[in-house]
Amino acid sequence: MSATDIIPATSPAPEKLTKKALTADHPTWCPGCGDFAVLAAFYKMLERRQLPHEKIVTLAGIGCSSRFPYFVNTHGGHFIHGRAVPLASGVSLARPDLHVFLFGGDGDAFSIGGNHLEHGARKNINLTYVIMDNFVYGLTKKQTSPTSPIGFKSKTDPTGAIDQPVNPIKKLLTAGATFVARTHATQINHMIQTMERAMDHEGFSVVECLSECVEFYPGAFDAGNPRKGGEFKLIEEKKWDGTPEDEQRHDVTDEIAAYKLANLPFPGLFGVFFESDRPTKNVLEKKWSDGVRAKLGDATDLQILQKTFDRMK
Amino acid sequence: MSTPSELIDPASPPTSTAGRADLRSQSIRDAVIRLAGDSQDGIQSAGAFLARLAGRSAQEVMTYMTIPSTISGGPSIFQVRMGTGEVLSAGDEADFLVAFYQHSYDEHINFLKEGGVLLYDSDHVQPNLDDKRFVYVGIPITGLTVEALGGTAKDKGKNIFILGLLARIFDLDVEKLKGLIQEKFGGKDVSIVNTAMMAFQAGFAYPVGNVLTTLYQFEKATETTGPAQVTMDGNQALAYGLIAGGVRYGAAYPITPWSTIMEILRSEFPKYGGLFVQCEDELGAVSMALGFSYSGNLAITGSAGPGISLKTEAIGWASMAEIPLIIVNVQRGGPSTGLPTNVEQSDLYQAIFGGHGDSPRVVLAPSTVEDCFYTAIEAARIARKYSTPVFILSDASLATRIQAFDEPDLKSLMIDPKPDLSERPAGFKPYPVNGITQHAPPGSRMADGKYPVVTGLEHDELGHPTGSPKLHMEMTAKRRHKLQQLAAEIPVPEVYGGPEGEALIVGWGSSYGPIHEAAKSARERGESISALHLRHLNPLPNGLEKIFARFKRVIVAEMNDEGLYGYGQLATILRARYCDPKIRSLTKTDGLTFRVKEILEGVLK
Repeated sequence: MSATDIIPATSPAPEKLTKKALTADHPTWCPGCGDFAVLAAFYKMLERRQLPHEKIVTLAGIGCSSRFPYFVNTHGGHFIHGRAVPLASGVSLARPDLHVFLFGGDGDAFSIGGNHLEHGARKNINLTYVIMDNFVYGLTKKQTSPTSPIGFKSKTDPTGAIDQPVNPIKKLLTAGATFVARTHATQINHMIQTMERAMDHEGFSVVECLSECVEFYPGAFDAGNPRKGGEFKLIEEKKWDGTPEDEQRHDVTDEIAAYKLANLPFPGLFGVFFESDRPTKNVLEKKWSDGVRAKLGDATDLQILQKTFDRMK
Repeated sequence: MSTPSELIDPASPPTSTAGRADLRSQSIRDAVIRLAGDSQDGIQSAGAFLARLAGRSAQEVMTYMTIPSTISGGPSIFQVRMGTGEVLSAGDEADFLVAFYQHSYDEHINFLKEGGVLLYDSDHVQPNLDDKRFVYVGIPITGLTVEALGGTAKDKGKNIFILGLLARIFDLDVEKLKGLIQEKFGGKDVSIVNTAMMAFQAGFAYPVGNVLTTLYQFEKATETTGPAQVTMDGNQALAYGLIAGGVRYGAAYPITPWSTIMEILRSEFPKYGGLFVQCEDELGAVSMALGFSYSGNLAITGSAGPGISLKTEAIGWASMAEIPLIIVNVQRGGPSTGLPTNVEQSDLYQAIFGGHGDSPRVVLAPSTVEDCFYTAIEAARIARKYSTPVFILSDASLATRIQAFDEPDLKSLMIDPKPDLSERPAGFKPYPVNGITQHAPPGSRMADGKYPVVTGLEHDELGHPTGSPKLHMEMTAKRRHKLQQLAAEIPVPEVYGGPEGEALIVGWGSSYGPIHEAAKSARERGESISALHLRHLNPLPNGLEKIFARFKRVIVAEMNDEGLYGYGQLATILRARYCDPKIRSLTKTDGLTFRVKEILEGVLK
């Protein structure tokens, strides 16, 4: 496969992947924005894992949080609004050697890009998607978002939002995402752990990260922040230790149970809701194409095309 | 062209007493055979057999078909023009009309040349025998097919019966035809091949001498020592051209008449180590294709007009981020759902200008089935060299037209694609303001540790977003300059006919055949008419003005509307480009390919 014929680097192995090496442009986010913490957690995770620098790809669509690729010194792409999932899918499918990270907001993921999220999840493309959900459109200065709660007053709903908001976890579960988790931008360690687990998952792994917009929806997530008097309540996962208390814990492979947990009222639970080892499109396509290739023996591209033309004589 | 019309005396109707021994055999140069029935009758496959046979016999062949947009059923035609010597168009009029139904007869009898032969299914068609212009040959095709196949097959197989009958009438190579039938149905149940052979035999053995006084023989093609002929349709040629051009990745969404390209590529790309993905929608498809291209593997997406409209935003991104991409538009009648199975050349503006902002892109249009193959290779070359989106404007008539052409020299054409993942030296700039962008795909080490971001925001040379007025001016010019550089490298197309004269017919896309046949026929009549066909539509090649200067009139013939100001889409662009009032427009919007007669009338009036 042409794409995997990687040309080895000629210069010596680079310096350790430090925060300094990973830092690019200074973020353009407002002071106090939750996204700073997400960025910091991402740096930390990369530092911890020491992936080859050139193999990391950071992609995004449009929105405040979608500025992410400019702030991370890796190969990156800043795409159009809502279509970052298929862009990242193309990178992932063609280049199994890369680590594909995708960042974006609730508008990008659940509104304009809703259909792509659905199908990226269904096809189980191998990539990690961090959705920084702030319940509001920030870049365009306070319009209702698909996750704005009913009653939220915005410039497009001055008397309060009336539409039922999207429940991101439920949407992801029904779409077929194979790793679905939820975290909070004020919980740095939990963010790092969750992102790391998402990265290690083979398949379409999504982390919804509640990330406050201090400008247009301050205090939106205080209910999930112990420092602001809220409760950061974690999902207790089954340990399979046979103890009676384990009976009560959550089986992350149980889709129905995950759906029920996702139904709890705001702020709900945090942690991993669902994880499944359903094969990825990457693997299934590879399997199919390997089968096709095997039938052709060691024929070259030229010989294969020549044979096709011979049949049309 | 010498036709059966000159060979058959319409005044002497066929008699049932004429035995086969009395049959005359006549030599002809070419014949236009139109099969008219319903889409489920398999007339396309019967026509395709004839086309492929002609290709195998080193005869020239050109086909034309219309398919209804209904799923099954509805009137459908397939027209084959086969013969010796150069066949440029599918022919204005038919020498032979095969009518399966009354509606086929009613709709198409006026396409039959005076003196032509109407071969009709007497089980379904009652022609007006008082009309003495034609030769009437009534055969109970349905009944005979059912009889031959044992009565359980209903009337499936009429197409193959007709094929047998035509093989007899035109003295076609029966063994080769049987071989083609075997190839086509060989993969299926053995009984299907047997049934097809029985239908073929029944048609071939029909005592045609009872109803026809003449059989025909094509003049022998002069033996050539050139390459063998390959026979395929335009969509196939385009798909295989992409493969030869080193394209290995793509994504799309189905739409007529584009779909067969994605069907081919879905199966073919994996053979070459690549992948073609059917996406959830057009926006997802173009985005995934851009993902493939960004990853270092030049990709293709495609559609027809409505789908291209949906892809437009992402194509603007490709222009801004300077990502190579091939976009195929198999044009059909528009706007909106329009005429999904008819031909039109009304997406030229969309290809060149369809986007917000100044978003230069390359637009190419293939002229023939053969040219579909080579245009695809050219598109891949340009996309890579200039890191730019490239449109290929095919159309509904090229998509399904079957032609035979010289087998390409694959050895010299085949591109072996390898993403360049070599380490980039310190100071690498993804967007050099005075150079052509060549991206470092992900996976490439950057010697100075600074990794590039590709972006749709206006940016500086390193890809950082900027709102600087100066930079926006410079970068807009940079994106324009590279296409101006391309324009300088495109060869000026050759003029067909004479270098100067009364009129130059300028065309683009699938109307190459009828335009050239019109010029040829006008020249044979002593008119100094020439023709020029453009493959590169944006940018245009340099130097066209010198060619135009040698003609009194320049007539741009295209299948689109004359617009508010009286000029078709290419004519408008040429007038804007050259400010030359002698550039005129000849347009049409009937959803059908140009007839030679229409062009001649338009040029000579």
